[in-house]
Amino acid sequence: MSRVLMKGNEAIGEGAVQAGCRYFFGYPITPQSELTHYLAKRLPEVGGLYMQAESEVASINMVYGAAGAGARVMTSSSGPGISLMQEGISYLAGAELPCVIVNMMRGGPGLGNIAPSQSDYFQATRGGGHGDYRTITLAPNSVQEIIDMMKKAFDLADKYRNPVILMADGVMGQMMEPVDLDDEAPAPEVVSKTWAADGMKGRGHKNIINSLYVVPEELERHNRELGRKYAEIEAREVMLEEYRLDGAEVALVAFGTTSRVCRAVVERARSRGIPAGLIRPIALWPFPYDFIAAVAAGVKCFLVVEMNMGQMVEDVQMAVKGLVPVHFYGRCGGMVPAAGDVLKEVETIWRGGGEQK
Amino acid sequence: MRKVFSRPESLRDVPFHYCPGCTHGVIHRLVAEVIDELGVRDIAVGVGPVGCSVFTYEYFDCDMFQGSHGRAPAVATGIKRVLPDRVVFTYQGDGDLAAIGTGEIVHAAARGEKFTVIFVNNAIYAMTGGQMAPTTLLGQVTKTTPYGRDKEINGFPVKICEMLAPLDGSAYLARVAVHNPKNIINAKKAIKKAFQVQLDGLGFALVEVLSACPTNWGLDPASAMRWLAENMIPYYPLGEYKTPGRTL
Amino acid sequence: MLEEIYIAGFGGQGALSTGQLLAYAGLMEGKYVSYVPFYGVEKRGGVANCGVVVSDRPVSSPIVTEPTVLVVMNNPSLEKFEHAVIPGGLILINSSLVEGKVGRMDLKVMDIPANEQAEALGNSQVANNVILGALVELTGVVAIETVAEALKKVLPEHHHKLIPVNRLALERGAALAGEWRQARES
Repeated sequence: MSRVLMKGNEAIGEGAVQAGCRYFFGYPITPQSELTHYLAKRLPEVGGLYMQAESEVASINMVYGAAGAGARVMTSSSGPGISLMQEGISYLAGAELPCVIVNMMRGGPGLGNIAPSQSDYFQATRGGGHGDYRTITLAPNSVQEIIDMMKKAFDLADKYRNPVILMADGVMGQMMEPVDLDDEAPAPEVVSKTWAADGMKGRGHKNIINSLYVVPEELERHNRELGRKYAEIEAREVMLEEYRLDGAEVALVAFGTTSRVCRAVVERARSRGIPAGLIRPIALWPFPYDFIAAVAAGVKCFLVVEMNMGQMVEDVQMAVKGLVPVHFYGRCGGMVPAAGDVLKEVETIWRGGGEQK
Repeated sequence: MRKVFSRPESLRDVPFHYCPGCTHGVIHRLVAEVIDELGVRDIAVGVGPVGCSVFTYEYFDCDMFQGSHGRAPAVATGIKRVLPDRVVFTYQGDGDLAAIGTGEIVHAAARGEKFTVIFVNNAIYAMTGGQMAPTTLLGQVTKTTPYGRDKEINGFPVKICEMLAPLDGSAYLARVAVHNPKNIINAKKAIKKAFQVQLDGLGFALVEVLSACPTNWGLDPASAMRWLAENMIPYYPLGEYKTPGRTL
Repeated sequence: MLEEIYIAGFGGQGALSTGQLLAYAGLMEGKYVSYVPFYGVEKRGGVANCGVVVSDRPVSSPIVTEPTVLVVMNNPSLEKFEHAVIPGGLILINSSLVEGKVGRMDLKVMDIPANEQAEALGNSQVANNVILGALVELTGVVAIETVAEALKKVLPEHHHKLIPVNRLALERGAALAGEWRQARES
């Protein structure tokens, strides 16, 4: 075990390698370039393949082929590129193929900019492409957590045969923090994928990777089966971190980069006598509705902080069901909320003002 | 009694959904026969397109993928790169390969991906009901070119073999037709070569098969075969455009 | 101990590598550290700032918006970030490059002609380490010795011959800071 300073982008790459991922297909886009530079160098060292495709559309379909052939495979991109991948992600979900997709979110809509943002929350947590499906969505908030989460992401993808999306932003990607690295990480156990279409050899029957169900009854059955799987994921895979919720009367809710800012806000609020606490959803889907509902019974109000115009706040409202006020503070366009500004918002709300979403 | 003709093992015993006179069935059979003859059914992985041949995964009796529209070469890239010792092929129509999937086929060829592409060119979008394809001939009437394909509006038909030939990654390119027995025999030879090129690890291989669509051409099957011979072949000359080490 | 340090300059001035060096030194001393860069869209010569947090407790927010220490390497950065420094905080200015003066009276401000000092040491490229030496001396955030050790980690092997002159720069900065502090206190 060694302790080194590592960039978030590199941590995603190294975490993937340690998770046994050997294939990456992608297309250049800022701000996730360092991840691709890292993997382009690292994957050949472990007998893997880094391939630069001709587009994000091609990338995600290469992922589809590799995943269907039974490999641990990933791609990464940012906003515009992730939008281009949505058809492919829908196919992956429909054909129930495991893979990990990294979205280093940037400002939008359109070309927007390359600065940090959290504006792809709806896209990731509601499926994103066409049809009725969900993708497991994870949002780390430290470099160490990124390393650990990559293994989790691939395991979840394999366990549920479902795409997993890892959401971060330019701050997370560029940030350097100390991480404990397993110098000799044990080779991950090989998951037997009896469903993979890797040639019939010795199997005696053919495997098909497919999302086409022409007969309405059959597609409905498929949709219901997917629905059952999603319900199981919702029941089992909620992940969150709570911070100083003991005696809290103002509950902040934030994920990823903004959750780090909010942690500092909670400390400063507490030192000024305001009983604030923080809920950080680690999985954005499945979302911790039940946990937030339970917290709602004991606090005076919520403050949701995001780098967008208000997306996760809708999930918080769904959980709170109007029991107490849900306030929102958002910055966008690449502006990262300053702890001092969020603290002012907390103070205003605590005094009884503040805008409700 | 000796059985002299039977269904290839690589084809499942299910009825095709293709229209009367459609030559997809012939092409399916040729591909299946080649897979049988090369003895690679157990290591074959196919990728079907979106279009009339969307159900190929039901017909070929080997592992199959159904890919999204135009992206079969990208899917096949993913498969072959993970499983380099398998025999990977795509089966794609002209809308799939020569319109929406142009980028994917060009770059698969440029990378010299070691898989085999069966490209069925019937000069029309058939499954969606007879619209103009990138390979529709000038003057050809379709649902979206009711006055005939006009070069001023729609430009010119795309010649895929000619287009891919200059790419260094393409190893074998041939255009064949399946409108009569002689050409069907030639088509099978080309398809077999295209699989052999893959087995020999020589690079990207594509066989363009001129195919008839009587339904959407508005012709009876016999007239459709004649129409193919008289109209398509002059614009899309048959032959080998590239063999390993040699551009023709 | 919690120092939130913001280093601001143009790309190519070494603000980012200085920040990384400091973060590495903190790591080597077993402290909690974070480093977050911010840049403009230009590949060369645009804004290049970074925030470094060094603490003896886990870092809550790596985003430095109210620095305890501000290092200024160009004129626009002084105008832009002077107001953000916490009351009683420290501003270190490379006065070889920055003409502006700090308007606030509630801050400690040290002007360092870092480029001249570096040239006197025979290598203009070590200017940032003159400033870093002063920063370390005035804050005690890490030991000079550790920064010198961290150079081995941060500099590529073929630049290790530059470690002695960098070390001299750190020591020069520390000495200047010592003099400045004495002058202030007397």
